[in-house]
Amino acid sequence: MPTERYDAVVVGAGPAGSLAALVLARAGKSVCLLERGPYPGAKNLYGGVVYGRVLDAIIPEWTDEAPIERWVTRRVTMVLTKTQSLAVDFRSAAWGAPPYNGATALRPAFDSWLAGRAEREGATLVTSTTATKLLRDPAGRVGGVSTDRPEGDIESRIVIACDGVNSFIAREAGLAPPLESAQCTLGVKEVRALPAGEIERRLALAPGEGADFEILGGTGGVAGGGFLYTNAESLSVGVVLVLDDLARSGRRPEELLAELSGHPAIAPLLAGSELVEYGAHLIPEAGLAMMPKLAGDGILVAGDAAGMCLAAGLFLEGVNFAMASGALAGRAAAEALERSDTSASGLSGYAKLLQSSFVLADHRKLRRAPDLVMSERMQRRYPALLCNLAEELFTVRNPEPKRGLFELARPARKRAGLRRRDLARDAWDIWRTFG
Amino acid sequence: MRGESGPEVAFEDRMATTEFRVAPGAHITIDGDTCRGCTTRECITACPANLFAPMADGGVLFSYEQCFECGTCYLVCNEKGAITWNYPVGGAGVAYRRS
Ligand SMILES: Cc1cc2nc3c(=O)[nH]c(=O)nc-3n(C[C@H](O)[C@H](O)[C@H](O)COP(=O)(O)OP(=O)(O)OC[C@H]3O[C@@H](n4cnc5c(N)ncnc54)[C@H](O)[C@@H]3O)c2cc1C
Ligand code: SF4
Ligand code: SF4
Repeated sequence: MPTERYDAVVVGAGPAGSLAALVLARAGKSVCLLERGPYPGAKNLYGGVVYGRVLDAIIPEWTDEAPIERWVTRRVTMVLTKTQSLAVDFRSAAWGAPPYNGATALRPAFDSWLAGRAEREGATLVTSTTATKLLRDPAGRVGGVSTDRPEGDIESRIVIACDGVNSFIAREAGLAPPLESAQCTLGVKEVRALPAGEIERRLALAPGEGADFEILGGTGGVAGGGFLYTNAESLSVGVVLVLDDLARSGRRPEELLAELSGHPAIAPLLAGSELVEYGAHLIPEAGLAMMPKLAGDGILVAGDAAGMCLAAGLFLEGVNFAMASGALAGRAAAEALERSDTSASGLSGYAKLLQSSFVLADHRKLRRAPDLVMSERMQRRYPALLCNLAEELFTVRNPEPKRGLFELARPARKRAGLRRRDLARDAWDIWRTFG
Repeated sequence: MRGESGPEVAFEDRMATTEFRVAPGAHITIDGDTCRGCTTRECITACPANLFAPMADGGVLFSYEQCFECGTCYLVCNEKGAITWNYPVGGAGVAYRRS
């Protein structure tokens, strides 16, 4: 590969990179979309559910075209103790029809489709190629990337770093400090094959419809959570583990996952399914607190590389945040190229676009969520309190008469090791965080 | 080879479900001396691919072939300079199909 020249190089063909490339190409710019995997999505293990409404304006026909596994019509939010579970089981018929809400999708297929859409607009996708360092002009501004191909330098007027959570590119550019373990959780996941009809029978779903289980507790004393999603002919089941907690616990990730899979509320859903893929990936959890400088001279950062994944307990949304921030980076880059000013100040429109979009609005609104959700009380004590209360309430102890909720609450609270003033304080915290 | 049903699959069978396009050289290396002096050795249990094996002499043996390229090891290792961490050469490494 001889030295090539483009208006823009986008590093990483995940959802952020493909959208950045698509928007740039559509604006008539020459753009190279660089991906180290043999195909887009090869490295991008996630949960997952894609919330695709951000595509409505960019790829209006996405609901027909994207490789969707199932449209989610059932969302179960669940707390677990070792032997109990309590769930809010929400169903919406509206989510099963346009404009839809969430869709399960497999990332190798989804990311390849999205990168293909960028190619159709004129972007050049180059796979099996790792960007190894930034090229700089004598003044120090970014002017492209080196790759691990022989003579693989690619010059460009702008680089967009969409290289995911570890983002060595944003760090090399000096936009972000080294990643820290405290900013990350580790997702560990199994894909388990099961026939479509069996999935629909077990989860009480109509054909083509899907379920999404978000789980708090059940991670064997390591702070985190779990998930279970239905694909067309497989289930994705995984745990999300606070990295420092995992390391200190000395427990193995697959053991913790086996514990969740073996829970009496989960095991029957998985029974007889066949493990067909196992893997792991980091999640940037710290939100606003870990966001880097978004622009430098000749460079922008988007998606997980910029810590834009929303991981806030009730929500685990990264793909939509990546697509939205990537598209805005592409737009800001195209405008800067038009004006022939790709300096940090010429690219500052990107931060403004993000400020006025849901990306930073949601992060600002939920800035306290990561700490709250991973706190010891939310992780251990509340799941126990809620489950114990439910067990007391629904256990019939004839000939004893029923006791009122108030009478039950006190011993349940005490058993969970919570004081009354903890409850008051946490109620206020929850209100402040999610209200 | 495909895994058996039920969660109690042997670890090798679990890893065998995932495709790895093994590069000729290691993308991650560890410094044996630093590891021998390490007191936490948290990489050994935290690595989801179980690629760090404790050795009798107190050191650690690392094999790169079935790495998910997640980053856990370099983040949890608190001995500066023990791990040199890179992505594998383009096209090599883990290739998820169904995740
Ligand atoms: C266990 C887990 C569950 C999740 N569940 C959900 C969910 O249900 N819904 C949801 O919306 N989000 C979920 N997320 C988050 C979501 O996966 C991410 O936020 C999203 O993938 C970020 O997109 P991105 O394009 O920024 O980065 P990525 O998807 O990570 O893409 C980065 C790309 O850059 C490439 N790359 C990296 N470095 C280089 C280089 N030097 N040269 C060339 N290419 C490079 C990579 O190969 C990759 O293709 C989950 C994440 C995990 C780990
Ligand atoms: S890699 Fe780091 S954590 Fe693991 S043994 Fe070596 S020094 Fe210790
Ligand atoms: S990157 Fe992840 S899978 Fe690879 S050795 Fe490190 S911890 Fe293990």
